[in-house]
Amino acid sequence: MSANSIFKDSIRRLSRNPLAVAGGAVILLFFVLALFPSVFSSHDPNRIDILKILTPPSESHPLGTDDLGRDVLARMVFGARISLSVGFVAESIAIGIGLLIGLLAGYYGGRVDSALMRFVDIMLCFPTFFLILAVIAFIGPSIWNIMFIIGVTGWMGVARLVRAETLSLKERDFVAAARAQGAGDARIIFRHVLPNTLAPILVAATLGVAGAILVESGLSFLGIGVQPPTPSWGNILTAGKDNIEFAWWLSVYPGLAIFLTVLGYNLLGEGIRDAVDPRLKGR
Amino acid sequence: MLRYVLRRVLVSIPLLVGISLITFGVINMAPGGPIGISSDLNPKATAEYRERLKAYYGLDQPLYVQYGRWLGRMAVLDFGDSFSPDGRKVWDKIRERIPVTLSINVLSMAMIFLIAVPLGIYSAVRKGSLFDRITTVTVFTGFAVPTFWLALLLMILFGVHLGWLPISGLVSLEHDSLSLAGRIGDRARHLVLPIFLAAFGGLAGISRYMRSNMLEVIRQDYIATARAKGLPEGTVVFRHAMRNALLPVITILGLSVPDLLGGSVIFETIFSIPGMGQLFYQGVMSRDYPLIMGILTIAAFLTLLGNILADVGYALADPRISTGRTG
Repeated sequence: MSANSIFKDSIRRLSRNPLAVAGGAVILLFFVLALFPSVFSSHDPNRIDILKILTPPSESHPLGTDDLGRDVLARMVFGARISLSVGFVAESIAIGIGLLIGLLAGYYGGRVDSALMRFVDIMLCFPTFFLILAVIAFIGPSIWNIMFIIGVTGWMGVARLVRAETLSLKERDFVAAARAQGAGDARIIFRHVLPNTLAPILVAATLGVAGAILVESGLSFLGIGVQPPTPSWGNILTAGKDNIEFAWWLSVYPGLAIFLTVLGYNLLGEGIRDAVDPRLKGR
Repeated sequence: MLRYVLRRVLVSIPLLVGISLITFGVINMAPGGPIGISSDLNPKATAEYRERLKAYYGLDQPLYVQYGRWLGRMAVLDFGDSFSPDGRKVWDKIRERIPVTLSINVLSMAMIFLIAVPLGIYSAVRKGSLFDRITTVTVFTGFAVPTFWLALLLMILFGVHLGWLPISGLVSLEHDSLSLAGRIGDRARHLVLPIFLAAFGGLAGISRYMRSNMLEVIRQDYIATARAKGLPEGTVVFRHAMRNALLPVITILGLSVPDLLGGSVIFETIFSIPGMGQLFYQGVMSRDYPLIMGILTIAAFLTLLGNILADVGYALADPRISTGRTG
């Protein structure tokens, strides 16, 4: 069987999994929202209207207005951009670091391996959320800083995963064959080992994006993430908390968006896991 | 056993050094080191604070001397003075907050254990049943719910809408005038939502974990043997299967310390609970660097302690570990 048909096989299995398809559809929907925000809301997300402070959902403002009279739907649609891209970029950084460290540790073994894995152990000793908050206190909150920090504090799982895969892959016959043909370390790592780790990484990455979105929204909710007036789902919820006794819509809708996105990524990730490795199904 | 514990502690020493190096690295991450923090970002870094920090870190010394001196202070829990107007010792501020956070976390861990373990066992034993499917869906949904959003929803429902539970603080205003039973009830009412929310993430994860462990164990030969010799199903499930499936859960509980601590920042802030998480949050908001570094160090230390306790607990439960025999 060629690699192509294995890939097609996985895609077919994935498309037959209704939950994974539903998850994918939800994410797609939010991406469409993020790409064409003005199609979905005619309001300006930053237009303050003191006459319409905290008005409940109505025809002109389907999801109500916030404590500055701004349209919540408009802010959520524009916030989708921020939340989705933070999740994506942060997880890409995490995957990059995790891949590099995992491949090096698994392939070279010995002292390189134990040094790198001790480093992973040390990083895991820090409650991630504390570490992220501490670093932000020093370098300041901005979208780029948030992406960077979530990435550099979230790669340890990927590194362990890649290391374990690499450890078993490097003993396989095809690696021995490549080495016998005179392939160097770099070629073996990138041409023979790396492509075979991609399936589990794809699963980890999909679930990781969900995790990164949760962290970003938590940070923004606490006021240490994406800074107003830039809308993010997390910082709309901050207003929801401050006005919890008068404006339920400020708390309910942005959280629902976070929940659905995270659920979508999780369903898709589990679906990919089952599709690339049917043995794991139902575990 | 004692030798095992000793060995486990000794192995942690390099980790402790690593933790201190990273913490020290974070302090020096700000452009220009701890006192170079630009003033527009940090209006609190006045000349006076700069001088105090300079003296505290010994910034006129080479980096390795700074690290050595800083490490020496850490060892005796001297984190310096807080930047806040009261200017108290950081360790004093942290110390009075630890009991609150610790007791909420211990209670939520107990709740996780008491609910998630039976849930996981029952789901595994009745795999594929309606109950199993409902828990599976609930757990999966639970993974995707942002805790702080759930907190807001529960506050709206139980606090604002129904008025059953208070939504902020640890005690009511009239707490001191209540009878002893009244005080206990008052405190319990304030703790219901925070403890549930602190436990929420763990509930989903651990019940799922317990279920897959149980499913794994039930397939083993010794379970088939137990059934074959005619033992009642209850004995098979609780004496043979559960004991073995529980072992890894002990480890997971120990390893969940960092998540619980991280979560405490969010729920202590939401519910205005005066614990370590809230103190940390206030420190970050006011850029109280000595306080931030102090809490970060202590949190990492507690995590390491959780890891050690997890390993020791595992070794107590499974003697093969400490004697070095496997299989």
